[in-house]
Amino acid sequence: MFKILERETLAEHINKFVVEAPLIAKKALPGQFVILRLHEKGERIPITICEADPEKGTITLVVQEVGKTTYELGTYQAGDEIADIIGPLGKPAEIEKVGTVVAIGGGVGTAIVYPEAKAFKEKGNYVISIIGFRSKRFVILEEEMRKVSDELYVTTDDGSYGMKGFVSDKLKELIEEGRKIDLVIAIGPAIMMKVVSDLTRPYGIKTIVSLNSIMVDGTGMCGACRVEVGGKTRFACVDGPEFDGHQVDFDLLIKRLAMYKEEERIALERYLKERGKA
Amino acid sequence: MKKIPRQPMPKQPPEERIKNFNEVALGYTEELAVKEAERCLQCPRPFCVDGCPVKVKIPEFIKLVKERKFSEAAKKIKEDNVLPAICGRVCPQEEQCEKKCVLGIKGEPVAIGRLERFVADWEAEHGEIEKPEMPEKKGIKVAVVGSGPAGLTCAGDLAKMGYDVTIFEALHKPGGVLIYGIPEFRLPKHIVEREVDYLRLLGVEIKVDVVVGKSITLYELFDMGYKAIFLGLGAGLPKFLGIPGENLLGIYSANEFLTRTNLMKAYLFPEYDTPIKVGKRVAVIGGGNVAMDAVRSALRHGAEEAHIIYRRSRAEMPARLEEIENAEEEGVIFNFLVNPKRFIGDENGWVKGIELVKMELGEPDESGRRRPVPIPGSEFIFEVDTVVIAIGQTANPVLLDVTPEIKRNRWGYIEADYETGKTSMKGVFAGGDIVTGEATVIEAMGFGRRAAKAIDEYLRTEKW
Repeated sequence: MFKILERETLAEHINKFVVEAPLIAKKALPGQFVILRLHEKGERIPITICEADPEKGTITLVVQEVGKTTYELGTYQAGDEIADIIGPLGKPAEIEKVGTVVAIGGGVGTAIVYPEAKAFKEKGNYVISIIGFRSKRFVILEEEMRKVSDELYVTTDDGSYGMKGFVSDKLKELIEEGRKIDLVIAIGPAIMMKVVSDLTRPYGIKTIVSLNSIMVDGTGMCGACRVEVGGKTRFACVDGPEFDGHQVDFDLLIKRLAMYKEEERIALERYLKERGKA
Repeated sequence: MKKIPRQPMPKQPPEERIKNFNEVALGYTEELAVKEAERCLQCPRPFCVDGCPVKVKIPEFIKLVKERKFSEAAKKIKEDNVLPAICGRVCPQEEQCEKKCVLGIKGEPVAIGRLERFVADWEAEHGEIEKPEMPEKKGIKVAVVGSGPAGLTCAGDLAKMGYDVTIFEALHKPGGVLIYGIPEFRLPKHIVEREVDYLRLLGVEIKVDVVVGKSITLYELFDMGYKAIFLGLGAGLPKFLGIPGENLLGIYSANEFLTRTNLMKAYLFPEYDTPIKVGKRVAVIGGGNVAMDAVRSALRHGAEEAHIIYRRSRAEMPARLEEIENAEEEGVIFNFLVNPKRFIGDENGWVKGIELVKMELGEPDESGRRRPVPIPGSEFIFEVDTVVIAIGQTANPVLLDVTPEIKRNRWGYIEADYETGKTSMKGVFAGGDIVTGEATVIEAMGFGRRAAKAIDEYLRTEKW
């Protein structure tokens, strides 16, 4: 069992959990993820690690409520326990000094790009961060991102905060202004990562994305998370989760992410109905 | 003496059992067991024992069954086999102990597996599971990585020798393939849990949710005071066919299909959270035991038609005959001498067909089986809603990639001595599928047992 030490609502439907997991905290590097299972009847879902504190033996997870499991996790309070957390899984991000890095976070993806922006900054890179949200009330980690960035831009789809538009619009602006960009890290919804990758491709700007495939074991055993990168089948859990965005078949990823759409709807409706009764 | 025929095993009728995940074989009653035990000739030179990878004292336990001393019979088996309820169910006895039975020369061999199962279940039902006499603790720590058949056996043997054994398991439940792979209807999970509990009774500590190689390395385990490590990792990386369309929706590896079903209990969705997609027409590609498990699971998930697609003929199928017969009884449709060339998807990316090519059998290959050869121009489309690829596994590299001292062969499996399990890294032993490639539960157990002996010798003599 893994005890939740702190819980905070960062924005509507986005919660932060600090969880006791000493073995994982000792090893976790930016870009890696855990698989968690809430209880005996729970499913196993991958969640990327936002922060790890090896001294305190804790990891921080930022989770958006999208399906039954994440809604249920949203009800967990400090002192509650998560049955299983396994990790750190996947390959860590490659953090090197390359010059200017643009770190892009889409929605809850901001929590994943945050430790990478921080690590790139600590390596001596010039870090430009762009974080985008649907609306002002969904904005998270703005202050944290500002601390680890040389420049920070916030976008909202509806213009209620920061620049109106998508993260890709801001990136396009920077490119068109002629800013020298050596590396783009884009983490967020699959469609956002696809748009960013399509944008940088003609300019030859190296673009790394983190793929959020459906997983079961997370250790290479099942192949649920398979994706196509450069025409080859790869497992996001052990070969990734980070890949060259210019090589990823995003259309396949988006289709595969929707494989259990119907079941996800049934499970969530059933859960919310029961919760309503309680 | 009048000749007693081999006693058949009572089973759930096929039309009933395809509607549930409960165990198919119901087990012997006391009467059936005693009657079957009476058939044993009690050979002074028992060949059956030669056929058993862990050398269970077969005639001795069968004699105790005949005398209705069931509890003693269980203890006798457990001297050599810590997992009898599992072996009685999933060992290929027809290839091992029963193959060597003298009665089998002219008639039918003694049903050793069914008797082993009966004895183990009888002991559990009568609440008489006792801790055997244990030697004094040595105060020496040994780590076992993986809680499948190899790891469990190795851990049990070492605990019985007085070592402090800790098992590290990556999944959230111990048992390895016994839990995630073999279905409930062939090996009920409460039986695996019971056998794992027996190991705990022997003092074995089991830590789940630890991915050795990720959460912790072998070097750190040595630093923590473990004096030897046994790796029973299993194969653990599914093979795909490498043909177009393999990543279409609705195509599963057998590992994923069975893990969702068994470990995650997807057949109880939405009571359990994990879903599974099983359409009306399911095709399982492969001819081994895993393929049989998958195709029979598909029927129970509600498939109207469940097909096996196999590139050779029935005679070459690697699955146990008993499993093939169970599948046939349940209405599984076997398509022999066909091989997939590509998968065809619909506009939403779901699989809707497989292009198959007909095959014929040519000259024998290195496995001794006749090699299937495609017949040019014989391609046709086979309509499906769901596909499960059950063509085997290879070595999972997660742990080995961070432990370069451990030599691997060209297939990625660990190079370990067959008799001792010794690897190229001092203090590290290995056994089971991660050494042999895919094999059986009992072979993995045999490897775990030999390694336990070698680990004991290494820790006593410190000679590598």
